[in-house]
Amino acid sequence: MSDTHAQTAPYVRESMIAQQPPPLKEAGAVKWVRENLFPTWLNGLMTLIAIYVVWVVLSHLVPWFVSPTWTATSLSNCREILAASGDAASKACWGVIRDRWEQLLFGFYPSEFYWRPTLALVVMLLGLGPVLFGNFPRWFMGFSLASPFLIFFLIWGGPIWLPIAVALGFVLGVFAFRALVGVNQIVGVIAAILVPVLYWLFVMGPLVDTLASIAPIGLESVRSNQLGGFLLSVVIGVSAIVLSLPLGIILALGRASDLFIVTKLSVGFIEIIRGVPLIVWLFTASLLLNYFLPPGTNFDLTLRVIIMVTLFSAAYIAEVVRGGLAAVPKGQYEGADSLGLSYWQSMQLIVLPQALKISIPGIVNTFIGLFKDTTLVLFIGLLDPLGLTNAIRASTDWNGVYWELFVFIGVLFFIACFSMGRYSLHLEKKLQRENR
Amino acid sequence: MSEAVQDRQINRSAMQVSDEVAIDINNMNKWYGTFHVLRDINLTVNRGERIVICGPSGSGKSTLIRCINRLEEHQSGQIIVDGTELSSDLKNIDKIRSEVGMCFQHFNLFPHLTILENCTLAPIWVRKTPKKEAEATAMHFLEKVKIPDQANKYPGQLSGGQQQRVAIARSLCMKPRIMLFDEPTSALDPEMIKEVLDTMIELAEEGMTMLCVTHEMGFAQAVANRVIFMDQGQIVEQNEPHAFFNNPQSDRTKLFLSQILGH
Ligand SMILES: Nc1ncnc2c1ncn2[C@@H]1O[C@H](COP(=O)(O)OP(=O)(O)OP(=O)(O)O)[C@@H](O)[C@H]1O
Ligand SMILES: [Mg+2]
Repeated sequence: MSDTHAQTAPYVRESMIAQQPPPLKEAGAVKWVRENLFPTWLNGLMTLIAIYVVWVVLSHLVPWFVSPTWTATSLSNCREILAASGDAASKACWGVIRDRWEQLLFGFYPSEFYWRPTLALVVMLLGLGPVLFGNFPRWFMGFSLASPFLIFFLIWGGPIWLPIAVALGFVLGVFAFRALVGVNQIVGVIAAILVPVLYWLFVMGPLVDTLASIAPIGLESVRSNQLGGFLLSVVIGVSAIVLSLPLGIILALGRASDLFIVTKLSVGFIEIIRGVPLIVWLFTASLLLNYFLPPGTNFDLTLRVIIMVTLFSAAYIAEVVRGGLAAVPKGQYEGADSLGLSYWQSMQLIVLPQALKISIPGIVNTFIGLFKDTTLVLFIGLLDPLGLTNAIRASTDWNGVYWELFVFIGVLFFIACFSMGRYSLHLEKKLQRENR
Repeated sequence: MSEAVQDRQINRSAMQVSDEVAIDINNMNKWYGTFHVLRDINLTVNRGERIVICGPSGSGKSTLIRCINRLEEHQSGQIIVDGTELSSDLKNIDKIRSEVGMCFQHFNLFPHLTILENCTLAPIWVRKTPKKEAEATAMHFLEKVKIPDQANKYPGQLSGGQQQRVAIARSLCMKPRIMLFDEPTSALDPEMIKEVLDTMIELAEEGMTMLCVTHEMGFAQAVANRVIFMDQGQIVEQNEPHAFFNNPQSDRTKLFLSQILGH
């Protein structure tokens, strides 16, 4: 090897250096601690202070959590157990969770039918699988499409013909679109909306009645006001999430469109929905909506709430997606145009995949917010988990229990929201790996 | 400037200009707001012609070429491509766009799709070609631009020159009858310029009708049968390359050529 310095003298390398592995990082816990916790004396001091704060918090919380009251049957029973164990300090009374967890999960759903919402949850998770993680067999997509109707049937029961008849409306819409799109794109879209709506309004009711009288197959029906607890939150939350994403995307495209009326309608919708608190919309759903509906129609309150929450979160999704759309370079639109792709093709194949990828964190953020906001239905008298805590306290056994219930509900929501956050990270990483 | 194409023998046997008109532009005008970008453009391009458009920055070259596949809308006059007049009729626009290929300065590949998917997308969705067939065609053209081994990579993993060749292959997969190039090499390093120009020369040798906005005068001299000089939104001079470079008529052209060629 030449040892001449390249800068100081004419230099010719005589042998090329072969590729070598990078130096191994010196490992070990001591090094980690030194580098991360005590790199300088100031940082070391901060570390010590932080450890002290954590210790103070935990030393107060942990004794409250660790409490031998799992078997208690009432609040006074709790106190007896604690007194007997010689522990006068304030401690949690977990007996209420053991006693009432089913109610917190299912509300006043008939207990002999608890298997139905549980099975519905399994169906939901299976149905979401291909949507969330891709690469499932193709026929599974059919199951995903059918799963909302199956879930509806499992939770609400009633004649099996109702969900089938509702699903038929969508099939009719697809056929109407296929048949007329050849004539004109807009005619196709109008037909795809009009045909199912007319069918649902005028044909479906009699059809279901006839079928039910001919072949009375079904599950015992459960009324909406029996739904409650975490089940209710999940039903409202998941429906609104699933429905608001496509609606939000359409609104965002509408807002970005060249068509004057479409743009103004989208902007108006988004701004009005966003500008008013969700709780106002929920009151509207529970009180006002009945004035607009034909008298005599008994439009399910849960359904009305789902619609309102969907519209509300769609407005937020639309704005998040709009940000994503704006971040897609103009060249991508032009590239798609120059190949002769139609507007919908270029949106579906080129622009939206990129825009949605950018929007993932914002979208999931909105969904997490939406899911937690479902607890607001408490104010219009629906028995979400928080509403049920009042019901539980109303019994003499558990009068005065607060924190245990809130901790339990908090954990449920945390698990759901944390999973969403993790999923969003997973998706971002996956898409990043797929295309740099 | 011209060294990129110097060392190449050009096969002119297939470079035949036919009498058939490919593009016909009559008295075309375009404004951006109140700014008159293109003024009274008249241009007829026959099938098989290789036309190079040059001119100072801001003279409207890009705008002209983008009007031909309606990426920009003209306000008066006529543009007839392959016998179809460009109007606001969406059917006509999509038809013309699928027959006119376009390469951009910044490639505009789709970053979320692999090279192969970039190339098969339009044939599958616009032409309704079966996937297998579209992939075979795509591989054929990727071989032609000499990067079949990159087919399963993503655009971000390729060099600029490779990306531009993919962009050319992507356009070719639609079997266009006309190719438009808007400064395809000006975002590239000299080494990569050569590989892209080579690809373009091969296209010309096969008789493709081409309109290129470029400042590669070597390419213009070697391949073009006509050079058009634009300034302030107007066609100032057009001629066959030898005469254009050696005996420019207008003062503007002389000035432009002296700036771009002479040192
Ligand atoms: N979208 C637009 N809105 C308004 N003015 C524009 C727009 N695009 C281009 N222009 C103007 O039109 C004129 C012509 O632009 P064009 O891009 O066609 O020039 P060019 O000849 O391609 O220049 P270059 O060599 O720099 O690419 C320029 O003065 C430019 O500022
Ligand atoms: Mg330009």
